[in-house]
Amino acid sequence: MNQNSIAVDVENVVKRYDSVTALHGVSMDIREGEFFTLLGPSGCGKTTLLRCIAGFEDVTEGAIRLRGEDIAPLPPHRRPVNTVFQQYALFPHMTVLENVSFGLRRRGWIEMDAEARAREVLELVQLKDFAQRRPGQLSGGQQQRVALARALAPNPEVLLLDEPLSALDLKLRQAVRVELKQIQRETGIAFVFVTHDQEEALTMSDRIAVMSEGYVQQIGTPRDIYEAPLNRFVADFIGETNLLDVEVAAVSEGMAEVFLPGGLALRCPAAASAVAGRGHLSVRPERISIGPKSAETLPATVTDHVYLGTDIHLHARLVDGEPILVRMQNSESSGIPERGSELGLRFEAGAARLLVD
Amino acid sequence: MIKPLDLRRFTGFRALTILCLVVLYAPLIIVAIYSFNDSTSITRWGGFSLKWYVDVFTGPDAPKFRNAAINSFTIAIGAATCATIIATAAAVAMNRAGRFRGKVASLALINLPLMVPEIVTAVASLIFFITIGFKTGLMTIFIAHLVFCIPFAYLPISARMQSVPDVYEQAAMDLYATPWEAFRLILLPLMIPGILSGFLLAFIISLDDFLITNFVKGAGIETLPTAIFGSVKQGIKPNIMAISTLLLGVSVVFVTLSWFIGRAGQSKN
Repeated sequence: MNQNSIAVDVENVVKRYDSVTALHGVSMDIREGEFFTLLGPSGCGKTTLLRCIAGFEDVTEGAIRLRGEDIAPLPPHRRPVNTVFQQYALFPHMTVLENVSFGLRRRGWIEMDAEARAREVLELVQLKDFAQRRPGQLSGGQQQRVALARALAPNPEVLLLDEPLSALDLKLRQAVRVELKQIQRETGIAFVFVTHDQEEALTMSDRIAVMSEGYVQQIGTPRDIYEAPLNRFVADFIGETNLLDVEVAAVSEGMAEVFLPGGLALRCPAAASAVAGRGHLSVRPERISIGPKSAETLPATVTDHVYLGTDIHLHARLVDGEPILVRMQNSESSGIPERGSELGLRFEAGAARLLVD
Repeated sequence: MIKPLDLRRFTGFRALTILCLVVLYAPLIIVAIYSFNDSTSITRWGGFSLKWYVDVFTGPDAPKFRNAAINSFTIAIGAATCATIIATAAAVAMNRAGRFRGKVASLALINLPLMVPEIVTAVASLIFFITIGFKTGLMTIFIAHLVFCIPFAYLPISARMQSVPDVYEQAAMDLYATPWEAFRLILLPLMIPGILSGFLLAFIISLDDFLITNFVKGAGIETLPTAIFGSVKQGIKPNIMAISTLLLGVSVVFVTLSWFIGRAGQSKN
């Protein structure tokens, strides 16, 4: 299987309901064998897009192609994709084995083969001893794995996952992340994973599409998204960041010349379509260091600190009154600055990035 | 902390409750007790006996009651079965077909027989059958019963369907089931408690009906309620109490069964 060939090609998809537009011309390519995440807050259109791919919603405009074939005319039961639903939707009147072999039997597999394949997939998700149980007799985590096995059994061209971890508690969720990623790698099936949890997206995905209000904001690897956010929404939604109001003197070849509050000049990377004028600078709180005030540092006044064990959050104000957050590692050498004390902040190389508004 | 309102502390609440219960159930209890009376009097107690029950099955009125019972059960089973099928189809349309024109009107039409005074339905049915030249008899009773059984079957079936989220059918279709397979393999089995409950309710409503039956039945055709009414007109004999008690027993069993099945279905989810 070619890693770079396209599994799902979403082209300019618009989805309109009576009065609301859920998707405004969304485009993306999902590659074969890739763990692709649709990330965004609720109402951003990520689940709508997933349901369009599964066939539960019709697209108003645009096209979705599965391995090159337009799937618009196919009803859900004719599409070679399977879904892991948020609430699992395991059939309560069937055993685990019957649930997992359901898709195979509908595809015309004979009973014996369907059962053998179902057992094989149950082994993959480590539930082979639970074949004869009913879904109601399983824990949440086990149900989640049955749902995964059921969707994987027919060997779909693409597996769609609609926030499958959101019903699990935190500890379990973290364990399942690793497991899910591992299963994805073993099966080599392209996963389209919907979540609103940015940590989930960052830890599991090969690529992420950040969505908001029916638009794709940015598509890229977790590292791209975190370290080189394109715009304010992405920078703000992924992780914690400081958004500083700055004056942009010039932008050229991906670098910008900006003036920070207080007049300090800084040269930093800029998002592709950033322009001169007023702009916003994103600075991750863990990439700011503190020291004594000097001509090369950004002056700030400490307003508060929050002790978090591994980290200490330092809240400060710049000369123009803008708040800024600094995350310090908790080490023996680091004394906690007093409230009201004046400091100089220094941004690590490449820590600051000029965004498109 | 504010105590929840305790109804028992209202003056006269206990007395009122007892009065209601007595008015509702004392006649039933008296009929049931006197059905075991050894005496031919319906008001004086003459010792315990099962003779009126024996009389129902072997006495001079036995053939009349047997025919009426056969008619009643045949009609009840037939009407309840057809009503359940129609009500299930209606419930699918109302709960799974999304929005469509005339949905509210459809719901009103399905439930209308619950609201129209029974005597109006009875007269209207009779006039209708006469107008179209339909000979009154078992068939007219069956059709009339089918009509008023539908809403009784519909209510528990629809309630059950609302409690089955449609994501199950979506999951089935996602796993290559056609819409018909999704209904037959997933929705229908999950609806069984509601369907059984609806069937039993429709059955008992049909079995108990007197008014409409009395209008649309042909000459010489009796169901249990009309047969009992016919006998009462010639004076109340204790065997009427026995047969009434039997009918009451059947009703209680079926309604209880319907309730338990409905509840078992609820708790499974």
